[in-house]
Amino acid sequence: MEEAAISTSTSSATATEPAVELEGITKRFPGVVANRDIRLSVRRGHVHAIVGENGAGKSTLMKILYGMQRPDEGEIRVNGSPVGFRTPGDAIAAGIGMVHQHFMLADNLTVLENIILGSEPRRRGVGIDFAKARRRIKEISDAYGLGVTPDTLVEDLGVGARQRVEILKVLYRGARILILDEPTAVLVPQEVDELFDNLRGLVREGLTIIFISHKLDEVLSVADAITVIRRGTTVASVAPKDVTARQLAELMVGSELPSPETRESTVTADVALAVRNLTVRHPDGRAAVEDVSFDIHKGEVLGIAGVEGNGQAELVEAIMGMRPAEGVITLGGADVSAWPTLRRREGGIGYIPEDRHRHGLLLEAPLWENRILGHQTRKPNVKGPWIDRAGARADTQRIVDEYDVRTPGIDVDAAALSGGNQQKLIVGREMSGDPVVLIASHPTRGVDVGAQAAIWDHLRTARAAGLAVLLISADLDELIGLSDSLKVILRGRMVADVDPGDVTPERLGSAMTGARDHTPTEQLGSAATDAGEEA
Amino acid sequence: MSSSFTDRLLGRVRLGGLLGLAAPLLAIVFAGLVTSVILELTGNPPLETMELLADYGTQPRTIVMIINLATTYYISALAVAIGFRMNLFNIGVDGQYRLAALIAAAVGGALVLPAPLHVGVTILVAVAVGGVWASIAGLLKVTRGVSEVISTIMLNAIATGVGAWLLTTDRLAVAVSGSNNIGTKPIPPSGQFPGFDLIPGTKTQVFGFVLVAVVLGIGYHVLFNRTRFGFDLRATGRSESAAVASGVNVKKMVLLTMIISGAVAGLVGMPQLLGASYSYSLDFPTGLGFTGIAIALLGRNNPAGIAIGALLWSFLDNSSDILDLEGIPKEIVIIMQGTIVLSVIVAYELVHRYRLAAEQRRVSRQLSADASAPVEGAVA
Amino acid sequence: MTVSEISAAPPAPPRVRRFRLSWQVLLLGLLALFVMMSIARVVTGANDITSGGTIGAAVGLAVPIGLAALGGLWSERAGVVNIGLEGMMIIGTWCGAWGALTFGTPWAGVIAGTIGGALGGLLHALVTVTFGVDHIISGVAINILGLGVTQYLAKLVFTGMKGGGETQSPRIPPVTDVSVPGIGVPLRDLENTHLFLLSDVAGVLRGVTQNVSLFTIVAILLVPLSFYVLWRTAFGLRLRSCGERPVAAESLGVNVYYYKYLAVVISGGLAGIGGAFLAIVAAGIYREGQTGGRGFIGLAAMIFGNWRPGGLAGGALLFGYTDALQLRQGGTSVHALLLVVAMLLAAFAVYQLVQQRRNRAALISGVFAVLVFAVFALTDTVAEQFTSFTPHLTTLLVLSLASQRLRMPAADGAPYRKGQAK
Repeated sequence: MEEAAISTSTSSATATEPAVELEGITKRFPGVVANRDIRLSVRRGHVHAIVGENGAGKSTLMKILYGMQRPDEGEIRVNGSPVGFRTPGDAIAAGIGMVHQHFMLADNLTVLENIILGSEPRRRGVGIDFAKARRRIKEISDAYGLGVTPDTLVEDLGVGARQRVEILKVLYRGARILILDEPTAVLVPQEVDELFDNLRGLVREGLTIIFISHKLDEVLSVADAITVIRRGTTVASVAPKDVTARQLAELMVGSELPSPETRESTVTADVALAVRNLTVRHPDGRAAVEDVSFDIHKGEVLGIAGVEGNGQAELVEAIMGMRPAEGVITLGGADVSAWPTLRRREGGIGYIPEDRHRHGLLLEAPLWENRILGHQTRKPNVKGPWIDRAGARADTQRIVDEYDVRTPGIDVDAAALSGGNQQKLIVGREMSGDPVVLIASHPTRGVDVGAQAAIWDHLRTARAAGLAVLLISADLDELIGLSDSLKVILRGRMVADVDPGDVTPERLGSAMTGARDHTPTEQLGSAATDAGEEA
Repeated sequence: MSSSFTDRLLGRVRLGGLLGLAAPLLAIVFAGLVTSVILELTGNPPLETMELLADYGTQPRTIVMIINLATTYYISALAVAIGFRMNLFNIGVDGQYRLAALIAAAVGGALVLPAPLHVGVTILVAVAVGGVWASIAGLLKVTRGVSEVISTIMLNAIATGVGAWLLTTDRLAVAVSGSNNIGTKPIPPSGQFPGFDLIPGTKTQVFGFVLVAVVLGIGYHVLFNRTRFGFDLRATGRSESAAVASGVNVKKMVLLTMIISGAVAGLVGMPQLLGASYSYSLDFPTGLGFTGIAIALLGRNNPAGIAIGALLWSFLDNSSDILDLEGIPKEIVIIMQGTIVLSVIVAYELVHRYRLAAEQRRVSRQLSADASAPVEGAVA
Repeated sequence: MTVSEISAAPPAPPRVRRFRLSWQVLLLGLLALFVMMSIARVVTGANDITSGGTIGAAVGLAVPIGLAALGGLWSERAGVVNIGLEGMMIIGTWCGAWGALTFGTPWAGVIAGTIGGALGGLLHALVTVTFGVDHIISGVAINILGLGVTQYLAKLVFTGMKGGGETQSPRIPPVTDVSVPGIGVPLRDLENTHLFLLSDVAGVLRGVTQNVSLFTIVAILLVPLSFYVLWRTAFGLRLRSCGERPVAAESLGVNVYYYKYLAVVISGGLAGIGGAFLAIVAAGIYREGQTGGRGFIGLAAMIFGNWRPGGLAGGALLFGYTDALQLRQGGTSVHALLLVVAMLLAAFAVYQLVQQRRNRAALISGVFAVLVFAVFALTDTVAEQFTSFTPHLTTLLVLSLASQRLRMPAADGAPYRKGQAK
C-alpha cells in the first residue's frame, strides 16, 4: 500500500463510469432487516449524499461497503468490477477509505503513528522509516490544504483537526473513494465550512465522496447527488437542485412527518426550578457553563438550543448534582445547591439522560430492577431499608402497559429492548416519581418515529398537569414545537432568548452559531437533528 | 455498550436455566479429563488416582475435615465476592485475615471474660482489624485513584512484614512448648468456639464456626438481593455512570464495600483459631485469601454456588493427602483446581454469549409483528 | 460578547502541561540523588548503601523484577493485563532448572524457561483474547495453575535426582561471570577509604563492572531491544495500537487478535526468563516458592515506570536496590535511607513551593520530610521485618503520590471482540 495517494486527476474517459454501484444489497440481523434491496450508483468525482433518519440503515450500509460487515444478498461493484470485501483491509486495497463518525484514532499515539498504522513505510524491512512517512504526510497535507502536523499527539488536537487527520489517513492509503459517516455531527459551524472546503478540494482532484448525513441543509449545500434511505431501503435518488429541505424530510420519514407542536400555554406563575449564576468548570479551570440564570415555572417547557458541546451536558449534570458547580439552584423555593444527587431526585427532579446506556439503564439487569434505579429510596420500590420486589415489579408492569414498552416481560434484560422501548421505559420511570421538574436531555434521540411521537405526547400531558421541563435537544423542530420559551446556549453562556411562537429553525440555527440578523449560513439549518452519541 | 465479561461472570447477570448448571459441571468434567491426561503422561494411572481420592475423601474423619476447611474457604470466598459484586478486586483478603487473626489471637489470649463475651470480643477485634486494613486500599482508591489490585497485593506483603514483627517474643509471641515454634498466648477455654459431633464414625468434631458461616451466607444473600444498600452496590458494579446518575455516592460505596469485604476477611482465620489451634503461631495457614478468589469465581458470587465450590476445593485438598503415600505427587490436585477455575469461567462466558443472543432473538421475534420498522444494527 | 474573543472549539481537550523528562533533568536528578546518598552514608556511616557489593546485588535482584516488568509491558501495551506473570515466572524457575540440568548447559535452561513462560502466556491469551474472560481473573487462575504444575513436576522430576528433592533441584551449572579487568582492586581500595562521593562512585562502578553474569547482560539488553521493537518498528506500532484503540487498528486492517496473542506469549516468555534467572543465576538451584511474589513486584515496577521500558528499568532497579539493602546490614542501611527520603521530600517541598506555587502541597511534603527525619533521628535501626516490605511500601507511596500522572494504555484490560467498531 505504498502507491502515491494523489496521482493527479482521473482520465476523462472513465469519468462517466460509476465509482461505486450497489445492487440489491440486503443485510439481516437476528430479528431485523437492517438493509433491504439497496440500490445506489455513485459517480466518480461526485459528492454523493446518503440521507435518512436515525435507524434507517445508513451505518449498516456503510459498514458493508467498507468490509466491516458482509451483505447477505446483493452485489457491490467498484469501478465497474464486482468485489467481495471480507475485511476493511480489502476495501482499503480497492481504494475505499472511511472516515468514521466516532474517530478511529488512538489518543496516546502521534498523528504520524495514527496515519501510518497498518501501512508503515519501512527501512530494511524492520524499522519504520519515519522520515519518509513524515515527508509523505506533509505532501498530502499540503496538496489538499489539510494542515496536519505529524508529530503532535492526537489527544492535543481539536475535533476539526482530528477529522482532518482521519481524512489524511485514508488518503495516505491511496483511497480514491471516501466515505464520511456523519462528519459534521461533532463540528462547530466554522469547522463545517472548513470541512466542506476540503471536500470540494478533494473532488476537484477527481476523488469520490460518499457523505452520510441527516442534516438536510448541509446535504443540499455540498452534495452533487442525493440518495434517500428509509426503513432500510433506498426510496429515492434526487439532484439537490430539484428538491427542498422539506421535500427531502418527507422522503426521509414517509408521509407522516411527526409534529411536536404543543397547543395552548399551561405556564403558571409558580417557579419550580430557579438557577442563578451557575458556573461549571472543567478540571483545568476553564468554564464549561458560565454565569447561567433562568427560571422554569410549573407547566412550562424551557428549551435550551445550542450546537452540541456548548455546555449543555455540563449544565444538566450540575443541576442533577453530578458535577460540582458554583451558583444557586432552588427547587420549589428550597436551596438545593449543596444537596447530593439522590436528595435532589427525592426532592422531585426527574432525569432523562442524554446517553441512556451510560446514565439511564443497567443494561444487563431486568426491567424491574431498572425501574428501581434512581428511585431506590421511594415507594413502591422499597420499604424502609428493604427492596420491595413485589411493589417494584407491579409498578414496572404498569409502566410497560401505560407507556407501551414493547417487551415480552419485565424479567427481560434492558439490553434486549430496542432503543425506543428503552427510552419509553426511562420516560415512564421518571414520570412515576411524581417529579416537579423534569430534565429531559435529547429525549427522542435515536428512537424510532412511533416512540418519538409517544414520548412527545407524554411530555405534553405532564406539562399540562403542571410539570416543569428543562428540554435540551439538537432537534430544532422538537425544541420549537414543545417549548414555551427558548434560550440559546453558546460557549457555556445563555446568549439569546427566543420566542418559540415566531421563530424558524433557520433563525434559531443562526442564533446558535452566534451570527445575528443575517441570512443563516447554509451549514446550519432546519433539520439539524443530530445522531451523535456522546463519545 | 455491552456489559463486561466481569459483570456476567460475577453474577451481576443471571445465567438462567439448565445451562447455567450444566456449564460448570461440564467444565469440571473437562478439568478431570485434562488432569487425567497429565497423570497418564507422567506415568500415573488416572482412574485409580481418582478412586483413591474418592475413597479417602468419603471416610468419616476426612468428611469432617473437609467441612471444617470448607468453612474457612467459604468465608474467604464471601469476602472476595463482596468486592467482586461491585467490580472491586480485593486481592488483599490474604493479608487482611492474617493480620486480623494474629491480633485477635493476641487479644483473645490476654483476656479473661465469661465464655460468650470472650468469643464475641475476639471476633469483633478480628472484624475490626480486617476492616481497617482493607480500608487503606479503599481510601487509596477513593482519594488517590490507586488501583485496588496493586495496592492490596502490596498491602499483603506489608501485612506479612508487620505480622512477622508483631509475632516475636519481644511483642505478642511466646514459645510454644515442646517445639521451636512461637505463637501468641493460647486462648483459654472461655474464648474457644465449641465444636459439635455431626458425622458418625469419627471423634473429630465439626467446627462450631460452620454455623457462623451459614449465617454469613444468608446475610450476604439478603444484603445483596433484598436491601437498598445491596441494590446500590450491585448497580455500581454494573454501571458506575448509571449509579452516579441515580444518586449513588460511588466513592462512599467503594470505601464501604472495601471495609465490609475486609471485615468479613477478618473472620477467615477464626474457624481455625477458635476451633482448633487457639493460638496464632508461625505455622498458621496462609494463602487462604487466594483460594477465596478462586472459589468466589467458581461460585459466581452466589452464596450457594460458593458453598459448593468451597466443598469441592476442600475435598480436593483434604483427600489429596492420600496420594503422596501412594507415590503420586499430591500437587496434581492444584493442577486440577487451576484447570477447574479456568474452564469454569470460560464455560460461564460461552453460556452467557449463547444466552444473550438467544434472548435478543426471542425479543425481536416476539415483537416483529409490532415493530415492522427495521432497526439499525443489533439492538442495544 | 463578541465571537472573536473565544475560539469556538467546543470539546477542546484540556491542554494539561505534560511533564516531559528530558535527559538533562533526569541526569541532574540522578546526580542529586547520588549526592544525597553520599551525604547520608557519610553522616550515618552506613557504608553499605553505596558499596560495590550492594550495587552488584541490587543489579542481580533487579533483573528478575525487570524481566517480569518487561513481560507486563509487552502484554499491557497490547491491552492485556497480565497478573499471571507470577505464575509464568514460577513455571520459568522449574523449566530453567530442568533445561539446564537435562542438557548440561545453563543456556538450555534459559531457553526452556522462555518456552515454559510463553506457554503460560499462550494460555492467558487463549482465555482472555479468544474467550474474552476478564484479564485479572484469568491471571489469578493461571497463578494457581502455574504453581500446581511446577510443584507437581518438581516432585516428579527432581526427587529422583542426586542432590535434589521434592522442593528443590540439584545444583545447576552456572553461567559465566565476567568482569572489566584491571579495575576491580583499585576500585575496592578507593571504596574502602570511605571518602565523600569518590568512594560512592567507586562502589557503583565496582558493582556494575565486576563479576557480572552474562545472563544479566543479556537480560539488560532486552530493555533497549523491547524499546526498539515496540516504538521503532511497524510490528511494535501495531501492537501498541491494539492497546490504545483496538477498533482503530481493526479498521485499518490490523489483525488485533494476532498481535494480542503474540504480545501475551512474548510477555509470558519474558516472565519465564525472569524465573529461569532466579533459578540459574540468583539461587543456582530450583527451590519451591523462590519467586516470592516478584511477578507482582514486576507489575508494580512497570506501573512505576509509567508503562515505558526506561521507566520500568528504573523501577526494577529501585526494588532491586531496596531488596539488596536487606541483605547488606539491612537495619542500618534502610535507616540511612530514611535520611535520603527526608532530604528528597524536603527538596520536593521546595520544588512545589518555588516552581509550582502549591503552598498547601508543599506544606504537606515539608511536614512529611520533618516526620521522616524525626523517625531517622529518634531510632538507630529499622527492624528487619520492616525492611522486608520496603519495596512494597515504596510502590504504594509512589502510586499514591503519582497515580494521576501515570498514563496506562487506553484500552488496557478492556475486553475486545472483533467487529465491535461502530
